[in-house]
This record gives sequence, C-alpha cells and structure tokens, in this order.
Amino acid sequence: MAVATQAPTTVSPPRRRERLKSGWVLPVYSILMIFYLTIPVFLMILYGFNDLPGNAERQTTHFWGFTLHWYLNPFQDPQLTEAFWRSIRIAGGNVLLATPIGALLGLALGRYWFRVRASLNFVIFLAIAVPEIVLGSSLLTLFIEWSQSPQLSATAPPLGWRTLLLSHVSFSIPFVAVTVRARVAGMDRSLEEAGQDLFATPVVTFFKVTLPLILPGILAGALLAFVLSLDDFVISNFVVGRDITFPLWVYGATKIGLPPTVNVIGTYLFLTGVILAVVTALLQRRRV
Amino acid sequence: MASVPERVVEPGAPIRERRAPSRRKKLVPYALLAPGGLWLFVFFILPVVLMLGTSLKSGGLLSGGGFRFTWEWSNYGDALTTNAPFFRRSLSYSAAVTILGLVLMYPLAYWIAFYGGRWKSSLLLLMLLPFFVSFVIRTVQWKFILGDYNPYFFGFFKDLGLLPQDFKILTTPWGVIAGITYNYMPFTALPLYVSLERIDKGLVEAAKDLYASKWAAFRKVVFPLSLPGVFAAFLLTFVPATGDYVNSDILGSAETFMIGQRIQTKFLTDLDYPAAAALSIILMIGMVILASIYARVLGSERATDVAAGT
Repeated sequence: MAVATQAPTTVSPPRRRERLKSGWVLPVYSILMIFYLTIPVFLMILYGFNDLPGNAERQTTHFWGFTLHWYLNPFQDPQLTEAFWRSIRIAGGNVLLATPIGALLGLALGRYWFRVRASLNFVIFLAIAVPEIVLGSSLLTLFIEWSQSPQLSATAPPLGWRTLLLSHVSFSIPFVAVTVRARVAGMDRSLEEAGQDLFATPVVTFFKVTLPLILPGILAGALLAFVLSLDDFVISNFVVGRDITFPLWVYGATKIGLPPTVNVIGTYLFLTGVILAVVTALLQRRRV
Repeated sequence: MASVPERVVEPGAPIRERRAPSRRKKLVPYALLAPGGLWLFVFFILPVVLMLGTSLKSGGLLSGGGFRFTWEWSNYGDALTTNAPFFRRSLSYSAAVTILGLVLMYPLAYWIAFYGGRWKSSLLLLMLLPFFVSFVIRTVQWKFILGDYNPYFFGFFKDLGLLPQDFKILTTPWGVIAGITYNYMPFTALPLYVSLERIDKGLVEAAKDLYASKWAAFRKVVFPLSLPGVFAAFLLTFVPATGDYVNSDILGSAETFMIGQRIQTKFLTDLDYPAAAALSIILMIGMVILASIYARVLGSERATDVAAGT
C-alpha cells in the first residue's frame, strides 16, 4: 500500500515546499494542546517530589521543595499498598485468562467464516461500545441473582476479588479479540500455504508460522488487558465488595486528601505503561 | 535434473486443489470461539437479560419482602419522569464535551498526520500520554489545578486582581465539562488521527495543482475524507461521556449530578435495584441505537477496529 501511494521521488521539491507552508499558527496551537494534554502528567510526577513540612502526609497545592523520600518509599500506607498489590494480582490474572480466550476468539473471527460470525462481531462491538456503568450494573445484577438463585447459590462467588477478576476478564476479552482479529486479518495467508506445501501438518503450521505472525497482536492484546484492568474504576466499583483496588482506594482518599505516594505509585505505573507500549510498538513495527 | 515435476499445473487451474473441508475442519472455528463466546454469553449477554428482568420487578428489599417479577413497565415511565433533569444534564454535558473535544483535537490530529514528518510517532505518543495515567489520578490532578486558591493558577490571578475573588470552576458545570473533555480526549483524538493519516497526501497536492486554495483543498478534500473519523470520535466520546460519573463526583457538586451518579446511587446506596436497572437499560438502549447506526455505516468489524484504534 505504501508503494502505491508514495509519489515518485523525483517530485520531492513541491513536497518540501508543502512542509514550509504549514505556517506558524497550527504548530503553535498544536504544541499548546500537547502542553495542555501532558500538564497533569507532569504535575503528577512533580508532586511526588513534594517535601511536605513536618509530619504532614496529605498532598497540598503548595510545592514546598524537592525530596526523594516518597519515590524511595512508595509503600508506606498499608491499605494503599494492599490495594495496589491486589490490583496488580487481578490485572495479572486477567491477562492470563483474557489473553488466550480473546486471542482464540480473534483468530476465529479473523480467518474463518462461520454461521454466527456477524452476530458475534456485533456482540463484541456492543461490549466495547456500551457505557461502563451499564456493564458494571448488569454484572452486579448477575452476581446478586446468582447468589439468590436456589439451585446455584452454593457456587456463587462472594463480591470481592473473584467477582472483580470475572468482570475484568469479561470486559477485556472483546478488546483482546479485536486486537488479534486485526492482526490476523492483515496476515499474509500465502505463508501458511507455503508451510503446508512443505508438508507441515496443520498443527505444526500453526505453531511455526501462524502463531509467530500474530504474536505481536496477542502481546498488544495482553498489554491492553493489563492496563484496562489496572485502571478500571467504574465497573470495579460495582462488584468490589470489600477487596478495594488501587483506583478505588485513590477515589476514596480524594475526599480526605491524597498522600504523595499516590503520585509516586501513579508515576511508576505510568512509566511502566509507556515503556511497555513503546516496546510493543517497536516489536510490531519490526515484524510487519 | 531430469526428474519430472510431480504436479503439473495447467494455466488457469487452481494452483492447489483443496480437499473438501472435512467435518472436523468445519468445527475448528467453533472450537476456537467456544470459550470466548461462552464467556461473553454468561458475563455480558446474560447479565443484560437479568438486568432487563430486574427492571420489571416490583416490591422493596427491606419493606416489601424482596422484589418480585411483575412486568412492572411503570418502572420505565417513573425512571424517565423522575430523572428527566439528570438525563437532560448528562446529554447536554456530553454534547458540550464532544463538540469541545472535536474542535480542540481536530487541528492537533491534522497537524500530526500531515506535518508530523519523522516526529509523527513521538507526537502521537505525547497526544495519547494521558491514557497512561490512571483515570482517577488524572481527574484528581485537575481538582488540584483548578482549585479555587491554587497559588500557581487561579489564586495567582486572584491576587493580582485579574480574577474576582469568588471566581471558581470547581463544583460548577464547567469544571465537570472540562474534566470529562480532558479525560476522553484520547478517544476523540485517536479516530481523528487514524482517518486523517489514511488520506492520500497526493490528493491535496492534486487539488492545489487545480488551483484550489489551501483552505478550499482542506474543505473540499481533506475534511470530507476525514468524516468517518469525526463520526467515530463523536461516538467514542459521546457514549462514555454520557455515562460518566467520576468527573462530576470529583470536580462537581450536587448541582452537577449526572445520570451515571443516579444509577450508581440507586444501585449501591438506595438498593433500589428495579429503578436502577430501568435507568441503566434506558441508557444502554440509547447508546446501542447510536452505536448501531454507526456500525451500520461502517460495518461492525470496521467499527470495532476504529474503536480499538487498530
């Protein structure tokens, strides 16, 4: 596609003039917008260094000076620490469950034609498009009805980490499926046929050819599942019970003031996310 | 050297004869989709059906000895009439948010797509940076920034006398709108960028060769071609913005109560499940109609691809 749309190199001079003609209004505006978009990120990082006076443990808008104290000791509040590690565990479990299930679904949708394909695509679309509050309230309804059902109540999970995990997996599956589906659809099928021409069995072809080709898509899906789970507030708030997660703890603490360690943990999560995203993007670019 | 090729392919004949798909092969896609399909059935479709059932129940949890299913359609009428102001408020906020987001983000997406050059990926990452900060944390940051007496912002201008002492954004609708706009900006910007990036830059040059002014080339070529992205951005911003309640909770006040907060309170505080379920179903139906129009236009596969930014 790139070949077809690129103009021959001999007509590059007008292209260059094009770049100079963009004027100054648009670039200045764009840089201001990027500043606006990133300012809360910088403030989050900056206020993690805030050297609060005395024994104060709640963030203030006044910046008192720099300290590394919070960045070096992010896990001071036991409740916050517990909520943070619970979030990480749930996000990890979510990746382990949602990635294979979603990837298989994406594979089925990306390369096979079957009877319910269109309806399944639509269900996935709905699961992504429906407001989170609707998902959260319907999942809570399910867990309530489940626990009250005369036949099934013994198997019903109590509200807590189990219901959190089940809910996170269900909103992650569609995202993983869509990511993998896009990758499968863009895959060069002739490579698989070449494998089969070389007498590879379907199973060998899958593991030696198909899987490596769609792996970047699966990795991107897994990353998405991890981030979505870690960041989820609205759905978790419905099904949480007592097992508070990191975003829920932060939300609860906004009423009384946040400790600087929230900024610090937020910053560490942010950096991890950015690094993972950049690595995944580089991997995807190389494998195309 | 002298060996004869084993398979001679006649011109025009299919290169490789495909065996008629065996029964087992036909079952492969169903085996692949079974776990995910089952999961989505139990944890997405079934819950919505159960919620539909709950929305038609009557009785009280504490007083009436539990809820009973009685085809209580009046729950819907009640939900609409008693919550009309909240629906109206949510819709007007999200309309403002969507318009604001589109107007603010379009030029940025356009600039990155057309003039980003070799900085394109880095600029894109900067544009999506808010995505990488926890939703609740970035909302709290705005609470700090917009604070009435923040010494580095409003407080500073107030001390200089440039703003009246009682000026405030927090707890007003504008605070909530500003917060939601910021939080959903990546959802607005990404589809815009994707559709602008796909436009063949040669078309713009062609328009200019035909003596179109820069503005005319944009209006007649670039903008119409970017409309699918505008529509996607509209949907991806409007739908979650309407259901949002975190921003109103952190940045707003009782006067900015939105429909999401109503659903949440009815469910979790009042334990009035039928009313909450009816509200939730109404919100869902409205959004599904919007989303279906969109899926009809693009096809649900394309639509989810745009939605997931792939």
